[in-house]
Amino acid sequence: MHYLAEAATEAYEAARATVARFVGADPRGVVFTKNATEALNLLAYSLARRSLGPGDILLSTQMEHHANLVPWQLVQPDAGFELRHVPVRPGGTLDLDAFEAVVATGRVRLFTVTGASNVVGTINPVRELAARVRAANPEAVVVVDGAQLVPQVPTDLLDLGADFLVFTGHKLYGPTGIGVLAGRPELLEAMPPFLGGGEMIANVTLEGATFNEVPYKFEAGTPMIAEAVGLAAAIDYVNGIGMGAVRAHEVALLGAAIPALEAVDGVTVHGPHDPAARCAVVSFSVEGLHPHDIGTIMDREGVAVRAGHHCAKPLVRALGSAATTRASFAVYNTLDEVDALVAALAATRRFFDR
Amino acid sequence: MAALDDLYQEIILDHYRTPRHRSATLDPHDVHVHHSNPLCGDELDLRLRVGDDGQGRPTVAAVAYDGDGCSISMASASVMSEAVTGRTLADADDVAEAFRLMMHGEGVKREEDLGDGVAFTGVAKFPVRVKCALLGWMALRDAIRTYDEGAREHRVTHE
Repeated sequence: MHYLAEAATEAYEAARATVARFVGADPRGVVFTKNATEALNLLAYSLARRSLGPGDILLSTQMEHHANLVPWQLVQPDAGFELRHVPVRPGGTLDLDAFEAVVATGRVRLFTVTGASNVVGTINPVRELAARVRAANPEAVVVVDGAQLVPQVPTDLLDLGADFLVFTGHKLYGPTGIGVLAGRPELLEAMPPFLGGGEMIANVTLEGATFNEVPYKFEAGTPMIAEAVGLAAAIDYVNGIGMGAVRAHEVALLGAAIPALEAVDGVTVHGPHDPAARCAVVSFSVEGLHPHDIGTIMDREGVAVRAGHHCAKPLVRALGSAATTRASFAVYNTLDEVDALVAALAATRRFFDR
Repeated sequence: MAALDDLYQEIILDHYRTPRHRSATLDPHDVHVHHSNPLCGDELDLRLRVGDDGQGRPTVAAVAYDGDGCSISMASASVMSEAVTGRTLADADDVAEAFRLMMHGEGVKREEDLGDGVAFTGVAKFPVRVKCALLGWMALRDAIRTYDEGAREHRVTHE
């Protein structure tokens, strides 16, 4: 009841309003979580585990980050639903025929898909997929993993046709330790709590508790106040540039990077090559060179790339390798830095060929 | 910051470009182990043919490795194959222990016997790459243990 506490609450709720506006959600449907992973776990435990059962299909894809695979696997034995995955085609897009075959059963109760791949960059036709899932089963719930999409492509919950959208602060120029579950408040209201404790209750006796209204029902304990305020500041920053301009800049970087990387001897860029069809992560393989060697040498050239399976092993395996090297672009990267990336890769090639 | 040349010494690059004892087959062989490191995706097959030193002690008569991995892991397996061929199994295991100690910064023992293996001292300055250098040597020790236990095949996944 003192000034500082009130100021903190006000800043935290203002952050919620900022997030809600940013993705076109109702603030009552915006739950702050630790990261996108926790948001997906919340849905797995409070939605899939409670509402899905034998006869239902939970449909995910082979393109997902482990965060959108493992939580559903964890609750599947308890709930007894059937867990299916849309395969990925060699070019790094979803196999829409296989998708259709599963959806046509009318048994898909929850469809979860990444908005954009964190490995191959593919932007999925979420709106069309969501509409198709709903047409086959009006009770179906659609979840979109927006961790890679939201920071790079203008995103609107209604426009996507999703019931839930999750994303994370650290890919949106914000702090670590903050994620968002944005969705329809009435669905959240019907769901039981995920974590229990302070803040999420209305009343507590030794025998039991009644729960706070949404979104507070899903925010147990002291919230990530500083991180939420930091995330809102990051959103103000990208709004100042304009998400349309962010996207246009990253498409320009992709347009330069993809052909330049493939011009280096032995380099294959994974995923769609049309910049308009992808977000600004570029995974590539180099014939005869291991990603860990590439990552080490490029680091010494002053270029930070990630080497490994990018927390998406089923997808990377589908690309026919155990690991890839990935360059990620953001709004602050320049065309000169694309040149630096390509030069560092060429230097790596020479280092091992010398 | 440790220098890149410490990690990628010329000897290491030479073994990477011109591997010794690298083959997917070894006919005949007495033991085969498969080691993988799912974190980085390295896969290694190691086959041993066991001989006799004339005094009843089993020896490494021949060794062949094959796999998919970074330059450090593949070069290290090549170096290992050279260093242990012809030794008794017990002695080969001891050389492997010397290599392990060296990679953990615990001094260089049996320097002569490690052969080109001493070139990997620089890798110890890159902690994330130490496990790459150890893969082939761990596979060798596992192959010896597997043979000693009377088995022919063993698969190990390193976490």
